[in-house]
Amino acid sequence: MATETVHATHESAHPAGWAHPRGMLRWVTTTNHKDIGTLYLWLSFLMFLFAGALAMLIRAELFQPGLQFLQPALFNQFTTLHGLIMIFGAIMPAFVGFANWQVPLMIGAPDMAFPRLNNWSFWLLPVGFTLLISSLLVPGGSAAGGWTMYPPLFIQGGIAYDMTILALHVLGLSSIIGSINIITTIINMRAPGMTMMKMPMFVWTWLITAFLLLAAMPVLAGALTMLLTDRHFGTSFFNAAGGGDPVMFQHLFWFFGHPEVYIMILPAFGILSTIIPTFSRKPLFGYHAMVYATASIALLSFVVWAHHMFTVGMPVAGQLFFMYTTMLIAVPTGVKVFNWVATMWRGSLTFETPMLFSVAVVCLFTIGGFSGLVLAIVPVDIQLQDTYYVVAHFHYVLFSGAAMSIMAGVYYWLPKWTGHMYDERLGQWHFWLTTIAFNVTFFPMHFTGLAGMPRRIPDYALQFANFNMISSIGAFVLGGSQLLFLYVVIKCIRGGAKAGNKPWEGADTLEWTLASPPPYHTFETAPVVK
Amino acid sequence: MGKFLFHASGIFLCLRSGNSSPDNLYNLQLPATITARQIYDLHTLILLVCVVIFVIVFGIMFYSLYKHRKSQGHQAAQFHEHKTLEIVWSIIPFLILAGMAYPATKVILDMKDTSASDMSIKITGHQWKWEYEYMGEGVRYISSLSTPQSQINNQVAKEAHYLLETDRPLVVPTGKKVRLLVTADDVIHSWWVPQFGVKQDAIPGFIKEAWIRVDNPGTYRGQCAELCGVGHGFMPIVVEALPPAKYAVWLQEQKASVVAAAEAASKTYTLAELKARGAQIYAANCAMCHQADGRGLAGAFPPLIGGADFAAPEQMTAPLAERGFWKDGKIVLGSKEHHLDIVMHGIPGSAMQAFIKQLSDLDIAAVITYERNSWGNQTGDVIQPLEVKALRK
Repeated sequence: MATETVHATHESAHPAGWAHPRGMLRWVTTTNHKDIGTLYLWLSFLMFLFAGALAMLIRAELFQPGLQFLQPALFNQFTTLHGLIMIFGAIMPAFVGFANWQVPLMIGAPDMAFPRLNNWSFWLLPVGFTLLISSLLVPGGSAAGGWTMYPPLFIQGGIAYDMTILALHVLGLSSIIGSINIITTIINMRAPGMTMMKMPMFVWTWLITAFLLLAAMPVLAGALTMLLTDRHFGTSFFNAAGGGDPVMFQHLFWFFGHPEVYIMILPAFGILSTIIPTFSRKPLFGYHAMVYATASIALLSFVVWAHHMFTVGMPVAGQLFFMYTTMLIAVPTGVKVFNWVATMWRGSLTFETPMLFSVAVVCLFTIGGFSGLVLAIVPVDIQLQDTYYVVAHFHYVLFSGAAMSIMAGVYYWLPKWTGHMYDERLGQWHFWLTTIAFNVTFFPMHFTGLAGMPRRIPDYALQFANFNMISSIGAFVLGGSQLLFLYVVIKCIRGGAKAGNKPWEGADTLEWTLASPPPYHTFETAPVVK
Repeated sequence: MGKFLFHASGIFLCLRSGNSSPDNLYNLQLPATITARQIYDLHTLILLVCVVIFVIVFGIMFYSLYKHRKSQGHQAAQFHEHKTLEIVWSIIPFLILAGMAYPATKVILDMKDTSASDMSIKITGHQWKWEYEYMGEGVRYISSLSTPQSQINNQVAKEAHYLLETDRPLVVPTGKKVRLLVTADDVIHSWWVPQFGVKQDAIPGFIKEAWIRVDNPGTYRGQCAELCGVGHGFMPIVVEALPPAKYAVWLQEQKASVVAAAEAASKTYTLAELKARGAQIYAANCAMCHQADGRGLAGAFPPLIGGADFAAPEQMTAPLAERGFWKDGKIVLGSKEHHLDIVMHGIPGSAMQAFIKQLSDLDIAAVITYERNSWGNQTGDVIQPLEVKALRK
């Protein structure tokens, strides 16, 4: 019923003789989920290259001990911006881009539930990032307090800090609007016959992610507003001299920050759960268990936040509670990994680029999961907190978990989106370069962290020199390889072998019943799911 | 496959070098306290469990990747669930985790027990140096980086303990339970010595506890572990552990030097004497922001040279103008009185901190004299320690 209502309004918005705006205006005014999905993906790729370039400058400074290229002030600005932009600019918008393109196609809906809101939630992003990145140009440079923005350090800085806070407010607003849209679409606009437990796994993970966003983002907004009033309006939320507590910010921040981690990884799990069955030519193993595991990871993500703060000196009871809950997350995460392996088991496997990326993600994400387990153990965490071990851990989770899943997803759906096959040979080159360079960059960081190198330092003691040089070389190759990715994508958009409706033999979701590329408006008549 | 070998060799190396050198390159540093030893063992245990699980799970996966390829003509089975298997692989990890949680809990309870200590040292983090106060002994001093700027800027060769050396180490007796009371003055810092297994955030306005009992005499090194501004990478910790008898002698010397310092502060000094001492104080306390050449950093840290250009937001220039240090986009060398005020009490709400508690009368007098007579500033002003003393209330 709901489907039909939306369908009707959609039609009435197109009176006879009405033409789509062309050129730039098409993209500014678009309410089409495919156009908006494309915008999200391109913006995220642009941000990925920008924040990646910052990372390479950081690695250039860390190539050798001593200060060579960046003074400490600029170094701190770059690490802060690198973190903020990779998280809010590269990873999150990429997944929202996938949601825009794929959720309506996979549930047989004609568009998102709120197309105009959808337009607005995208166009807030360029505004937010303009504000954030232009803070590099104001006196004193951009915010240098780390992406975690801990006060009192974050209270000290100049106007760039306010710009950062306001930029994050704008980005958070965009996320909240986007998640409301996704939830409404999934709940109300599924094709007849598609019950919740028949939804593709990608749709399930996004539904759960959207709820996480809805719960976590306002908490960040609250904490940022408190920072802002502490900075300018004489409040003392985080100032002990006025009766506040700097650690309270950390509690609020990580109450957002930990669910945020899952916001960046659950849609990646959804992509893997789509690709692995396709190239195994076998249904996903343990679909129900996967749904429950995803939901329990999401719920647990709200009761583990203080494991980011084991060194603040919390009471024993607090340390034990957060250690136990954190360790518990390993159970549903383990279930997911076992299910993927069981999906491959006795399949009929082929290794096109999306599958190569997916297999690597399962393997490398698990390394990140294990180092997360090591970090969950309070005494060990006390030794490793704020060292390069943590840097290694979250790059295994966020690069080889989230970013490489995004790459897998792009290769998987590019033929659908463009109508052309991508260049398989170059895609595989991109895969091997990325995977090898990633490990050369980040694996040695486990060692430097264990051996005692703190993170966020522009210069380091001599015993860390060799591994840092290896990491830097890896980082330059890793960064350079992404230009190949850009080339492969552009080449695919411009032409290539015809993809046909369903280029992947084992694929079975609704989008493959459509032409490639799909027409501008799809599922104007809802398909019936058996 | 290459990736796999790489990981395997890494793990092999990190186990092999387990107990060899204090400067461990692959693993946790050689423990020097019971806590660090417990952490080391806990980490080894968990790492081994993880490696075993990894090898089993991915052994199965890679077997499947090899055997069940379409190119080998393998036909896909169509099973997609197995209740027993799914229950088993939920329960087994749970049991393994419980097995890890048990020893970890014991270590936590030990680490948090600061009772029955033999002595207490208060540690205060400042941007970017550590202050140590021996509670009840009247001994208190600042410890800051002693690596010269010329090494950091690659003008001369770096020494062995580059960035991990201080002008004055923290000195503790071996075999005694030392309670550490950790706090900070400005922003959050974190006091970390890897070989002790202690990392405690220093939080302004709160005092947090930790404890150490160092097994053997020696020098132990660490660093600030919480981002605390531009000097974060440059605030090391050096701890000298002495046998109790030697420690007692050292403590007596410190008490004597407190008396000597009080005497020194009542003397009158020449401009040259003050400038020479001031240069050292400046390098250790001021140069990180205002730079060794006094030129500051555009937009962030004001120059200290009269007539130098400095453009910054109103928020930053207003407090300077108010004190007579800034006019029409240029730095003005303000009065001696304001200079004393700004160094002693800082500028609230900015990165300029109050040095009244960190520096002695002589040091404050020396550094201001140095600043007013260097880099082209030629006031000829000489500030005596007694003038500083008169301002302390």
